[in-house]
Amino acid sequence: MNIAAFDQLWVYLSGNPLLSLLITLVAFAAAVRINRALGGSSLFHPVTLSVAMLIGLLLLVDMDYATYFEGAQFIHFLLGPATVALAIPLYDHREKVRQLLWPLLLACIVGIITAVGSTLGLAALMGAKPETLLSLAPRSVTSPIAMGVAEQIGGIPSLAAGLVLLTGSIGCVVAPWIFRVLKVRDPAVQGFTLGLAAHGFGTAHAFARIGAVAGAFSGLAMGLTGLLTAFLLPLLVRLVGMG
Amino acid sequence: MPLIMGMSVLLACQFLGELVTRGWGLPVPGPVIGMVILLIGLLIWGKVPGSLRLAGEGLLRYLTLLFVPAGVGLIAHFELIGKDLWPIIFTLVVSTAVTLAVTGKMLEQLNRRRNRRVER
Repeated sequence: MNIAAFDQLWVYLSGNPLLSLLITLVAFAAAVRINRALGGSSLFHPVTLSVAMLIGLLLLVDMDYATYFEGAQFIHFLLGPATVALAIPLYDHREKVRQLLWPLLLACIVGIITAVGSTLGLAALMGAKPETLLSLAPRSVTSPIAMGVAEQIGGIPSLAAGLVLLTGSIGCVVAPWIFRVLKVRDPAVQGFTLGLAAHGFGTAHAFARIGAVAGAFSGLAMGLTGLLTAFLLPLLVRLVGMG
Repeated sequence: MPLIMGMSVLLACQFLGELVTRGWGLPVPGPVIGMVILLIGLLIWGKVPGSLRLAGEGLLRYLTLLFVPAGVGLIAHFELIGKDLWPIIFTLVVSTAVTLAVTGKMLEQLNRRRNRRVER
């Protein structure tokens, strides 16, 4: 096979959804292996690791995100039914949820106010631009909600989506450390906290690392935080006089 | 067949969720409403059908993988993030840590107080 033929083959393959679907799965499988080899540290979370590898690869072969997403959308699409499926662990642990309902609601509201307040305060102190500030505000909720809220309060939706993902991976890295320092041991509490602060990343992390109870509470927190933020954030932003 | 039945139930709930959010113009994504619909359905039905559990738990086991395509989307925001890099990184790390600490500690305290009351 000569170079010209290989060029043609590459043109064909890179325009085909098959390639990006394949590299996504292979990168993730490799990331899981690497993570395991490194002792399962959440600093090298499989998602962070595979995202970094894939971004590096796309830059290397000069493939744009739209082309990549044409194949990867098949994986992305499954996020919808997976979110719906969170109702199953929630149903399994309904007794525990019912017992903890009021503490959970209270913690959720305090958590949202802490997240938004500290985000806006710190970013303003550090001199971030207004549109960055308003895109940062909804960063702890799941990306489809964050994008809608950012648009509503005057931020940049696509930037908000990116910041949501960064928040998710940072949350999974710092959470085990915070839980250890504060001696938070109850899996339900750990799960709920992760879902509130780090949305779907936190929920996935809770399922994979802590267990089904933590995963169920994390899913609950993610849904609840998303719902409440969508209503509370526009009010909070107006309250601090930014909207 | 069970996998197909389970997947159909999940997609049907998502579809109903999308209808509700679009129909009423709610600022909430369809799948979140779909989750609420499925939960209500399960509470009425009284148990989780085997087919639904097979499809649902299969998806949840690989939940982390499903975030990868969106994560790669960061590639489109390098320029924007670069302009405000340090404020963004500092804010994200500190604020996420504070949120985790406040929520975790508060819930743990509320939980402990409740348990003590139950024991008494």
